[in-house]
Amino acid sequence: MAKSTYARKNPFLSIASFVQKTLVIAELEVRKLRHDPTELLIRAVQPALWLVVFGEVFTSVHAIPTGQLPYIDFIAPGILAQSALFIAIFSGMTIIWERDLGIIHKFLVSPTPREALALGKALSGGVRALSQAVVIYILAVILGVQMNWNPLGLLGVLVLVILAAAAFCAFSLIIAFLVKTRERFMGIGQLLTMPFFFASNAIYPISIMPKWLQVIARGNPLTYEVDALRTLMLPGVTSTYGLGTDFGVLFLAMTVLVIIAAQLYPRAAT
Amino acid sequence: MAVIETSNLTRRFGNLTAVDKLTMLVEPGDIFGLLGPNGAGKTTVIKMLTTLLRPTSGSALVAGFSITRHPAQVRKSIGYVPQMLSADGSLTGYENLWVFARLYDVPRAEREERAHRALAFMGLEDAADKLVRTYSGGMIRRLEIAQSILHQPTVLFLDEPTIGLDPLARKVVWEHIMQLQERYGTTILMTTHLMEEADQLCHTVAIMHRGKIVANGPPDELKAAIGGRRTTLEDVFVHYTGDVLQDMGESYRETSRTRRTARRLG
Repeated sequence: MAKSTYARKNPFLSIASFVQKTLVIAELEVRKLRHDPTELLIRAVQPALWLVVFGEVFTSVHAIPTGQLPYIDFIAPGILAQSALFIAIFSGMTIIWERDLGIIHKFLVSPTPREALALGKALSGGVRALSQAVVIYILAVILGVQMNWNPLGLLGVLVLVILAAAAFCAFSLIIAFLVKTRERFMGIGQLLTMPFFFASNAIYPISIMPKWLQVIARGNPLTYEVDALRTLMLPGVTSTYGLGTDFGVLFLAMTVLVIIAAQLYPRAAT
Repeated sequence: MAVIETSNLTRRFGNLTAVDKLTMLVEPGDIFGLLGPNGAGKTTVIKMLTTLLRPTSGSALVAGFSITRHPAQVRKSIGYVPQMLSADGSLTGYENLWVFARLYDVPRAEREERAHRALAFMGLEDAADKLVRTYSGGMIRRLEIAQSILHQPTVLFLDEPTIGLDPLARKVVWEHIMQLQERYGTTILMTTHLMEEADQLCHTVAIMHRGKIVANGPPDELKAAIGGRRTTLEDVFVHYTGDVLQDMGESYRETSRTRRTARRLG
């Protein structure tokens, strides 16, 4: 008792406790994956199809202007961003499960800050998305994509994938808190992923889009994720918006979305 | 001093008053049963006392802390087992405990020992490293109680602790609840719609009807007050509410939820 009062008053200790609890929530999800990794294997099929079928075909027809870069190189980071987005946008489904079972009630009754619950969930989505990075790197090597193996670049990719997936995951949590049923959640998830994906620079450069779509693409966080991924994953590519802007936009998006998700968290228990 | 003290505690959902100016006391070390049919407001009371739901008006103190002004302190002092099955099936029994040991700030040095002690207390040591989805319904319930006592709470809230369990598993859960109170002196507030359960387990009961407490006291006193030989709590209930126990406003959603819980248990 004396100890917990102390933790409340000392800001350093409460930050440490916040970080620790966030990591517990994230680790929990990772442990679940370790017990049953089939979901991740199934998730790997879709990006494989995009790269092997769509990527190869459009590389050979030269239909999309990508400058010096072969199309398959151009699209590899885009497909990584896309599959991370898909994993993240449906991760809110676990909230609906947990609410129906009563798991969420137990977490809300524990002395865990709502922000730690939301951030922990979001980060676990980020960790899931990392598995996709591994898949994409393997496929890219097989397909002969010139990759950038600079350790700093790899570290950048790691951080970026987690950051962006955490942002989309938090967005997914918000939807889950608002819609409440599985069917509606799936419907809205499907509805949202396609605009995010197509209104971005994932599979074609923004410059070939009509003006109105360019405006939307510039406001889409996925565009910044792809821009940074392309810069970090491929040698000799310069960022369109600057890595600072890319990371900044994604960090801001994640922070704002996690805060909103944390505010909505208690709604799940009513 | 009472461990739980509510004063005109009220919760409305739109036009429906689920809990209506509830005033009650729960003494330390009591096993207190909140009785009533589905829809009487029991779960709403528990949700307010566990800080999941804000009251519309009125106030309550749990372990000496106000549920509206100091919810963080209340959360540290209580344990809670929701009505639905809430242990995570995709984790092992031990992992389920480990998570809550950390969320409840159990000191690192004590985590493992307390988790194993709680498992042993609930008779689940052999199943500690098995995935919870392989557990029986009674085992899941006991695991959940183990989860909720890791931090040695002052008050433990059990919402329909034996719902969906077969008679044998129900008995085992009852025994564990009684032992918990005897050994650690934990105050237990539970809800049930089974009069037999309340009669066996609870030192004090409160009968809820349409959001209000209509009778409150030890089961024997309540029975004696009505008089007659072989009076059961069920008779007491009918006496005070004029209602039959079954078939009270359970919504479609609740029904499907209960069935789902039952299916998971089966």
